Amino acid sequence: MRKTLALVLAASLAALLAGCGGGGSGAASNGVVNVYNWGEYIDESIFDDFESLTGITVNYQIYSDNESLYSILKGGGAEYDVIIPSDYMISRMIGEDMLEELDFSNIPNFSDIDPSLKNPDYDPENRYSVPYTWGTVGIIYNTEVVTKPVTGWSILFDPDYAGQILMFDNSRDCLGIALKYLGYSYNTTDAAQITEAVDLLIRQKQDGLVQAYVMDQIFDKLEGGEAAIGPYYAGDFLTMHESNPALAFCLPEEGSNVFVDAMCIPKGAANKANAEAFINFMCTTEAGLANCEATGYSSPLVSVQDALPDEVRSSPVSYPDSETLAQCEAFVNLPADILALYDSEWLRLKTGS
Amino acid sequence: MRNKYLAVPYVVWMAVFVVAPLVLVVVYAFTARDGGLTLSNFTSMHQYVGVFGNSFLLALIATAVCLAVGYPMAFLLAREGERIRQIAIMLIMLPMWMNFLLRTYAWMSLLEDTGLINRLLSLLHLPTLHMINTPGAVVLGMVYNFLPFMVLPIYSVMEKIDPKVIEAAQDLGADSVTVFRRIILPLSLPGVLSGITMVFIPSVSTFVITQLLGGSMTMLLGDLIQTQFMGTAYNPHLGSAIALVMMLLVLVCMAIMNRFGEGEEGAVML
Repeated sequence: MRKTLALVLAASLAALLAGCGGGGSGAASNGVVNVYNWGEYIDESIFDDFESLTGITVNYQIYSDNESLYSILKGGGAEYDVIIPSDYMISRMIGEDMLEELDFSNIPNFSDIDPSLKNPDYDPENRYSVPYTWGTVGIIYNTEVVTKPVTGWSILFDPDYAGQILMFDNSRDCLGIALKYLGYSYNTTDAAQITEAVDLLIRQKQDGLVQAYVMDQIFDKLEGGEAAIGPYYAGDFLTMHESNPALAFCLPEEGSNVFVDAMCIPKGAANKANAEAFINFMCTTEAGLANCEATGYSSPLVSVQDALPDEVRSSPVSYPDSETLAQCEAFVNLPADILALYDSEWLRLKTGS
Repeated sequence: MRNKYLAVPYVVWMAVFVVAPLVLVVVYAFTARDGGLTLSNFTSMHQYVGVFGNSFLLALIATAVCLAVGYPMAFLLAREGERIRQIAIMLIMLPMWMNFLLRTYAWMSLLEDTGLINRLLSLLHLPTLHMINTPGAVVLGMVYNFLPFMVLPIYSVMEKIDPKVIEAAQDLGADSVTVFRRIILPLSLPGVLSGITMVFIPSVSTFVITQLLGGSMTMLLGDLIQTQFMGTAYNPHLGSAIALVMMLLVLVCMAIMNRFGEGEEGAVML
């Protein structure tokens, strides 16, 4: 997700306040809800609808990644009512007692959530979170350069494309691809499997296959033809495809990472009822459609999926078939010793000669 | 002295934004996740020797290049007329008006294999150069971003050298090499030392440059510390310990260098 850009935005827009509520409807003021979301991850015009509907004023701020959200909440410096972390971060926050249980009687629209996204691995009893968007990681490649058929992760380890391959610049995503290619789980806690995956990545780097480890620089590099292959998020592929139609997307047959960003309420939130009203509003068909349009990510709402045009609904990019999707895994939080292993193995990959 | 009250805002500022964070870094470095005192953050430091070595090496090269480019530049500049000097100083400062991140991003699109420089080269039927994602590109990024911090202190010292001193040396029969070696060089040393300090310190702790120009193919100290605060492991205690060790090493480097400048007046040290 557009982290670098979001970082710049977050730095320049310390607080982005939505216009004062009420609108023309003359609704009485019912307090505020402080929403903390990823950058470029919402259609902000829907705040007006929410405010005129409920009289609750939305204070909207953005963050750049899960880790900075975690640092900020852990530091206790800020007060938020709604946050939208990703799957593995939600399981970590649940583990550390950082989230409030939701009162689902205030969120009747939860019934519209796709059943396959209910009771997920990261929140097994579905007590703390309501999915906001989801998507997959896939291989984005330039059809003018890559002439071989792309079906799975092996293309990232193909010497024919040496120097044309980009990899994720964070340990979880990067190692996950190697793990999945080797037939292991994204969430393995077997140290030997993790080491084997890093050995593979080191060979990939030493043989000159990897051009660079990138996050949002991948937009420029794939759009401009600097690199030919790289794994990234399906929603972002749509953006890249608009500026370079030669790009194509493949959801690897071995399975991939499916991520879910879900709405949660941090422990001790001052406006819990307003937060639940906001979450409920975000689960309406209108809000879901607007956000789908604005972000390009897939909607967890059945009514939104039904309302989408057929070519979007049947696109393997946004809404892959359930068979391939069944091969995909969401990240769950890993135990501390495995996270430490990830760190030292990541260091070995980066500094290994 | 009533004037000392003028220093109050500065002292408060330093206390709140420099001393307090420094104390926090020390506290974090010597505590574990559960809050107890520990040295374990330091005992695991050996695995980062390579990162330390690499960072210091690249920062050293960048500082040397800055000195090699910046010294003659400051020397020539100090001998120009008022008007040219003003324009030149403004031109040196100009890039700093733009955001650091944007400037570095711009270098990325200049240096890429399909970037502006290589497109120009192939237009002229010259062989193209592979520059992006190499240690050289990282050094270039450091030199570009920190060069003004080398030029300006040397320039300001050179500018103040009394021409009469040089004339006196010439009257005593010194040729231009001797004048430079015996007069200009020793008198400009304080500026050189503060220039080296001001380039070396940001270079050794830089992080975005590695990601944008180095393709993240290696890891420098700044990246390592950043991943401890923003990365998967989230271990601010280890991050603080690494930062503390880095600060100590930089201090040692500066102390050794200070030896060379001993007896010189006005050397700006830490």
